[in-house]
Amino acid sequence: MLTFLALAAVAFLGIVPQQSQSIVIYTGWERHALVGSDVRLSCSFFSWRWTSDDVTFSWTYRPDGSRDSISIFHYTGGAAYLDNKGPFRDRVEFVGNPGRRDGSIVLKNLDFNDNGTFTCDAKNPPDIVGRPSSVRLLVFETVPIQAGVITGAIIGVVLGLLVLIVVIYYLMRFLVARRVFNLSVSKHGKKKKEGSQQRQGPAASAEPAKASSDKKKQESRKDKK
Amino acid sequence: MLLLLLGIVFLHVAALVLLFVSTITSVWTTGNIGTSDLWLNCTSVGGLQCNPASAGEWIQAVQAVMILSIIFSCISLILFFCQLFTLQKGGRFLLTGVFQILAGLFVMCGGIIYTVMSPNWVPETESFGYSYILAWVAFPLALISGVIYVILRKRE
Repeated sequence: MLTFLALAAVAFLGIVPQQSQSIVIYTGWERHALVGSDVRLSCSFFSWRWTSDDVTFSWTYRPDGSRDSISIFHYTGGAAYLDNKGPFRDRVEFVGNPGRRDGSIVLKNLDFNDNGTFTCDAKNPPDIVGRPSSVRLLVFETVPIQAGVITGAIIGVVLGLLVLIVVIYYLMRFLVARRVFNLSVSKHGKKKKEGSQQRQGPAASAEPAKASSDKKKQESRKDKK
Repeated sequence: MLLLLLGIVFLHVAALVLLFVSTITSVWTTGNIGTSDLWLNCTSVGGLQCNPASAGEWIQAVQAVMILSIIFSCISLILFFCQLFTLQKGGRFLLTGVFQILAGLFVMCGGIIYTVMSPNWVPETESFGYSYILAWVAFPLALISGVIYVILRKRE
């Protein structure tokens, strides 16, 4: 009974994905770049099938404010075909690895007219049902500071200063207390030496008594602490 | 003594609540377009739509300073309750007062920076919103409560 159920589950799982499997394409969401620089638009896909030899990648470009798309790159049959007439003539380079499902391209020498949406469509026969994915390109004169960098920096610096001040305060207190303790110990030691030098003769019997009284004093000090 | 304590704590908590509301609600500017700053720009045209606030340097400075003022005011409140139980009779709540005064100064800095720099990105037709006003109200409250802490002596 259990083996029958297990076989049925495996068969079911084998049947169902064939109807619901589709290719899933990943590109970035947005890319920021400076005028005159290069930008890499990455595109990869996920598919239940092995990467076939007939895998295709194609990139289309839709300028901001326009409704028409123009094709700028196509890879098929093991060869890449770059834009040779459109807005990206001689500015596109294929840097992807179709064997590893990577269909990335590099756009060179960007200008403000290149602002727009780039769509990547990949097909992995027989897995051809999928939704193309788009990445927006934003070209800046100067790269704006990311939201939150300065905020975090200011907060971090002030809190760090606060922690530093607290640590230094407690360190100073500890050092001063240790110095005071050392001074008092050395004073007590000096007094002991002077006292023993003055009364060496008649104090032969008094010394053990004095030593025991000193020991008692130290013990009482330790108790107080 | 108890009444005095309650009054001071009430003043402190009032300043703290104003700081929280002023920092959290993004209504430093209001106008026809919608509300904007400190964190979001929201437009009420065709349903509420909010985008992250313009990522300029000055708005980030105001954000940082407002958050720091909240942190310092909270630290001051915690220190007050600590010092209430550990301070000797006749001692002053100096540390509490210092932190609260610093919090007040941070709010003042935030208000000044926003007032001076916001015309750079806010159009002329917009006016200041209630978060901005609350920040300026929180500033004297925090300052006064900080000064009271510095002057106050602990009595049994």
